[in-house]
Amino acid sequence: MTPLPHRTPPRWGDRRGPRLLVRGLHLDFPLLAGLVLLSLAGLAILYSSSGRNMDMVIGQAMRLGIAFTVMFVLAQIPLHHIERWVPWLFGIALALLFGVLLFGEIGKGAQRWLDIGLFRFQPSEMMKLAVPMMVSWYLADRPLPPSARHLAIAALIVVVPVVLIAKQPDLGTALLIAASGVFVLLLAGVRWKYVALLILLVSASAPLFWYMLHDYQRMRVLIFLNPERDPLGSGYHIIQSKIAIGSGGIYGKGWLNGTQSHLEFLPERSTDFIFAVFGEEFGFIGILFLLGIYTFIVIRGLYIATQAQDTFTRLLSGSLILTFFVYTFVNTGMVMGLLPVVGVPLPLISFGGTSMVTLMASFGIIMSIHTHRKLLST
Amino acid sequence: MSRRAPIAYPRRLILLLAALGVFVLALVWRAVDLQVMNRDFLQGQGDARHLRALALPAHRGMITDRGGEPLAISTPVDSVWANPKELMLEREGWRPLARLLGMDAADLRDRILQRADREFVYLKRRVDPELAQRVMALEIPGISLQREYRRYYPLGEVTAHLVGVTNVDDAGQEGMELAYDNWLRGTSGSKWVLKDRLGHVVENVAGIKEPDPGKDLTLSIDNRIQYLAYRELKAAVQLHHAHSGSAVVLDVATGEVLAMVNQPSYNPNNREGMRGDLLRNRAITDLFEPGSTVKPFTVAAALETGKYRPGTYIDTAPGYYKIGRHLVRDASNYGYIDLTTVIEKSSNVGVSKLALAIEPAQMWKMFSGVGFGQPTGGNFPGEVTGLLADYRGWKEIERATLSFGYGLSVTPLQLCLAYTVLGDEGRLKPVSFVPVEGSVGSREIMSGRTATEIIRMMETVVSEQGTANLAKVAGYRVAGKTGTVQKLGADGYSDQHYVSVFAGLAPASNPRLAMVVVVNDPRGDEYYGGLVAAPVFSRVMTGALRMLGVLPDELPRQWRADASRAGQAASRGKEPSVSTVAESHARPVLAGDQGVM
Repeated sequence: MTPLPHRTPPRWGDRRGPRLLVRGLHLDFPLLAGLVLLSLAGLAILYSSSGRNMDMVIGQAMRLGIAFTVMFVLAQIPLHHIERWVPWLFGIALALLFGVLLFGEIGKGAQRWLDIGLFRFQPSEMMKLAVPMMVSWYLADRPLPPSARHLAIAALIVVVPVVLIAKQPDLGTALLIAASGVFVLLLAGVRWKYVALLILLVSASAPLFWYMLHDYQRMRVLIFLNPERDPLGSGYHIIQSKIAIGSGGIYGKGWLNGTQSHLEFLPERSTDFIFAVFGEEFGFIGILFLLGIYTFIVIRGLYIATQAQDTFTRLLSGSLILTFFVYTFVNTGMVMGLLPVVGVPLPLISFGGTSMVTLMASFGIIMSIHTHRKLLST
Repeated sequence: MSRRAPIAYPRRLILLLAALGVFVLALVWRAVDLQVMNRDFLQGQGDARHLRALALPAHRGMITDRGGEPLAISTPVDSVWANPKELMLEREGWRPLARLLGMDAADLRDRILQRADREFVYLKRRVDPELAQRVMALEIPGISLQREYRRYYPLGEVTAHLVGVTNVDDAGQEGMELAYDNWLRGTSGSKWVLKDRLGHVVENVAGIKEPDPGKDLTLSIDNRIQYLAYRELKAAVQLHHAHSGSAVVLDVATGEVLAMVNQPSYNPNNREGMRGDLLRNRAITDLFEPGSTVKPFTVAAALETGKYRPGTYIDTAPGYYKIGRHLVRDASNYGYIDLTTVIEKSSNVGVSKLALAIEPAQMWKMFSGVGFGQPTGGNFPGEVTGLLADYRGWKEIERATLSFGYGLSVTPLQLCLAYTVLGDEGRLKPVSFVPVEGSVGSREIMSGRTATEIIRMMETVVSEQGTANLAKVAGYRVAGKTGTVQKLGADGYSDQHYVSVFAGLAPASNPRLAMVVVVNDPRGDEYYGGLVAAPVFSRVMTGALRMLGVLPDELPRQWRADASRAGQAASRGKEPSVSTVAESHARPVLAGDQGVM
């Protein structure tokens, strides 16, 4: 008797229509749903904050389309195909960073752009992916928790690009990249004594760091501590955005009914400060809802990290999703006056391009990590 | 789902999740802090940034004459103002802005740069609304409009002094505009508007308080008489090369001002060229010694004593009268004449003797009673009360000179008001610039009989034998008195500079109108009140009495004869008989050097 071929009975959940479909396309349905929801909310609030400027909304929708396409394409590529190219990727990104330093174009007072004929782009955006990938790649083959020597090398991988980017100067991105590197180390189980050492080192070098800051950066910190210090100048952003959010109250003024934002009192209302418009028009309820979606995406991302089947993907996906959280936290915290003004956009909602593509690329990687797992029988 | 992979560092994951939770809670807490706890404060701050109370100027009331003809009307205009702080940000718009406003581009730039730290500067006030809209169409940030009202005076210089003017802020500055400012002004309203950061009004919100327009003001003026008086006064002032002049027409029964004109005048519609001396309403601000025009009151005071009758004779020979060291003179020796002739010939000696024969108090009572040295009750801004010294200090010579109008000062309006007392059977009423309704409180100054007798006596003045034949009005009997007053200069009374006055009432049988014409310092050949001022009286009265439909009180036959004579007089300018009339050419207060004989 030949035994009947063993067939694993399909799990009920996998058979649901849309879930099956997105699984077949190597997409993660909960993540996708959260991201789409955010994008739609972003388009709606952009319509309001831009003063019903359909051109801006369409432009943003097209960028979102590109970003989702990038995510979709990356989700199709199994990570082990990418893994071997990681050092190359990192090397190229590093070279480009040096290139920016030498030949870069100055945009908005900072040297961030590299003109490579067809288009201009920021190598620092590439680094946002390259650093966590490189650190994860490096630590993946090493015994964990990593030894001091391995830690030192990993730290070097993080510090070199961070310093280069900070010199551009783009402190916000530099800090985000540093954070993504640190997240990898934390997830790799770095010993607490090293963590404590790092914290000690950072706080000890804080005064030194202070002197390295540009004047405007120092100003931002001072103004964060006391926005009324310069209510017409740099403090204006924070005061106005706090007023906008506060005047929204619990239920908000309603879509398209914000006054602070529409009357041009709120600067950068479609880009970095768009969260204030949202807060004014949708109130506390709206903010809870939006933070809920972000939290849901982060939880889902962390869950995916725990389900990762090898160290490289586990570290990478964990780092990427935590960086995403940092984005959200820094932006909303800044807009609500919890953090100093740092030029960090609100993921998927702020108007603007490059960083959104990078962000969606990281979600593509996360989805790929989740959907290309080898199914192991129980 | 596949098999659960063993979770690396589960403790660390829990810690991580806890940290995430703390961060998310921090955000939520902050949102609660802003949106629930500090909501009212922040909302107030927000409103303070975009809610603005906008003043809505009130429409200033119209001023009309008694017939409803407009004398002052407000029309809407816009003033263009700028917030230099915002204007500094964008300079491209400055040139087209200057061109539209008709300003020099450099001037505009200076204006803005000088006030760069301010938030408000008028660029151009009172442009017409159509131009204002074109300015706004430039869409220059920082440029705004302010609705205002521009005052327009249809009769221009004819009513300038009486109606007055408003200043650039639409507040009364002169004349009735000032006197009745609170009545005319109205209360400006306000509305709350949403303004964006550039100051553009985005939306009106609730809470509009409509402006409360000012109330219209009807004056007692009759614009026809006003115009006539102005025309005739101006012609006389020009003809005689006089320095200035005033004319006042009062309604005898009510004390209403029917006309009040002055020369020189100004155009209230054009602020350029408004000088202080042009702005003066001389009829109420300029004092002069009334001269012979007060003689009727001296005689009235005498009649009131009961010791004198119009037929009482007084010896004025030999044409002068010595009082202490001083000498009062007549133009010629009239001899033994009755009181009527004293008025007719305007004898200084006659009235001086009367004045010295009666108690000073009686004369003072008459003079102050008819309003000399007293407010007229019209409350016209800038009104002066003139000067009448207290009788207890009067010396004999002062009593004498007062009797023929020296040593006291009056305004043309005061003199006219005094004549209404004669016209209204001895009763004094306050002057009114607005129509009088119902009866006005009046005070009896002299008996009706005395008043009537004085009028009969004054009728002789306006006759071929009198000093003011040219004051005749065809078809009407006229009572009046001339005055030719030497002006008091730095070196005492001048025999070069005169004030020519005529004060009169018509129709004499039942006076309706009182009128005073004062021509100051005529520089032509003629300066007698009967030649300079009386013709103005005649022409204005002729028109005014007909306009008011006053029944003629002279017999038709005589009327025709008088009409032809008046026509001749007008065409030749001077009646032959007039040249023989000796106007009382008094050599008055004979202080010191002059006149002591």
